[in-house]
Amino acid sequence: MGEGAFLEGYVIPTAIIVAQIVAVMIPILLGVAYLTYAERKVIGAIQLRQGPMTVGPFGLLQPIADALKLLTKETILPAGSNRIVFLMAPMLTFILAIIAWAVIPFDEGWVISDINVGILYLFAISSLGVYGVIMAGWASNSKYPFLGALRSAAQMVSYEVSIGFVMVTVLLCVGSLNLTDIVMAQQTIWFAVPLLPMFVIFFISVLAETNRAPFDLPEGESELVAGFMVEYSSMSFALFFLGEYANMILMSGIATVLFLGGWLPPVDIAPFNWIPGPIWFGLKVAFLLFVFLWVRATFPRYRYDQLMRLGWKVFLPFSLLWVVLTAGVLVAFDWVPA
Amino acid sequence: MAFLDRTARSFLLWELVSGMALTLKYFFKPKYTINYPHEKGPISSRFRGEHALRRYPNGEERCIACKLCEAICPAQAITIEAEPREDGSRRTTRYDIDMTKCIYCGLCQEACPVDAIVEGPNFEFAAETREELFYNKDKLLANGDRWEAEIQANLTREAAYR
Repeated sequence: MGEGAFLEGYVIPTAIIVAQIVAVMIPILLGVAYLTYAERKVIGAIQLRQGPMTVGPFGLLQPIADALKLLTKETILPAGSNRIVFLMAPMLTFILAIIAWAVIPFDEGWVISDINVGILYLFAISSLGVYGVIMAGWASNSKYPFLGALRSAAQMVSYEVSIGFVMVTVLLCVGSLNLTDIVMAQQTIWFAVPLLPMFVIFFISVLAETNRAPFDLPEGESELVAGFMVEYSSMSFALFFLGEYANMILMSGIATVLFLGGWLPPVDIAPFNWIPGPIWFGLKVAFLLFVFLWVRATFPRYRYDQLMRLGWKVFLPFSLLWVVLTAGVLVAFDWVPA
Repeated sequence: MAFLDRTARSFLLWELVSGMALTLKYFFKPKYTINYPHEKGPISSRFRGEHALRRYPNGEERCIACKLCEAICPAQAITIEAEPREDGSRRTTRYDIDMTKCIYCGLCQEACPVDAIVEGPNFEFAAETREELFYNKDKLLANGDRWEAEIQANLTREAAYR
């Protein structure tokens, strides 16, 4: 094999993939940083406060200050902890929140890996997220992290079931597991309109899945201090934090692809279709993230039994019913996609 | 009908949506925050802040060493020593306030018959060591000179109620 073939066969494709990964990672990490800022600003505004104001103009450098603060702190390993698992847990959480982006399409063809089982991949990755939490809770060898991890595990598993059914209804309407196909199927109408109840259920389940208020029981500041993160400090805590917020962005991205037409403009006429797809995608994700923060500023935390009741006795039967209904309508009107 | 109404409300998430509408309304309201070091809130003319010993306009110190403030101080933060001055008038030789003991109750300024010891409008006297908070007579008189205008204005405003 000649020098040129090696270059063309291995080096250039690798370089392209690395460049793609970097091109996706940097906006996500910046998004995570400024999501923490946006959270403090939005919740502050709703509570008639100003939020961060002193670090940089309008406090815009606050995320950087926070990151520096966390990085310069000491990483504490509790004496009773299982060190390897203890350090793996935050890495796992963060890695899982990042690798899911591999299949999210930002525009037609703007996707790192356009696989045909994109939805299944996403579902697998988001289900694995619970392992980071369980490992953290178990490896800390301390009671509050353990309780937080138990709560979190039960909660994430419960709500994944209804998320699964919601995805099934979308798949029934598309006839493909490929995320690009799912977006293209929404050219006439976004699925958020005909499947509005499913969109609402999906969004609420996503709140529970990402451990956000009003379902932030695993963290439960007022009861469990910080839940499974109690024993974490410095960089390991920062990774959990980044993971949680990257997960929020990821879930908003998935909701955008499934229900809000991904990169498609709301109506395919000028001036809406002058704006490039990735910007529409970003706008929709930003709107959903705003709703995340808005919800957090509005509702008090659910009690644990209420959370379980909502997951198993309301969302599960309702989404199951809607799957059957959707399938029935598709068959009855002969709309089943080929 | 009531059943239908209730069911419709719960399925349309009526309560959640109206709650979110309320918070969204607050999102756009003007904010109450005062950016403290740059902006300051109003202070009452009865505000009890850092202590000051005042002087008469001719420069003579007001305090006559009656020790009423020392006697009434519930935290026993005030220490006074006195002896006649060369011109025969009673004056303090020592007037100390331990600002770490003081509870800012204002009894000293109420007890004072000559308005010598007063609590001024200053509340920004945080220090890095305890010792800096053991005020002596010089410090208190310096405070009096520094804040005289504000203290006088407050006393005038409150004169009718004292």
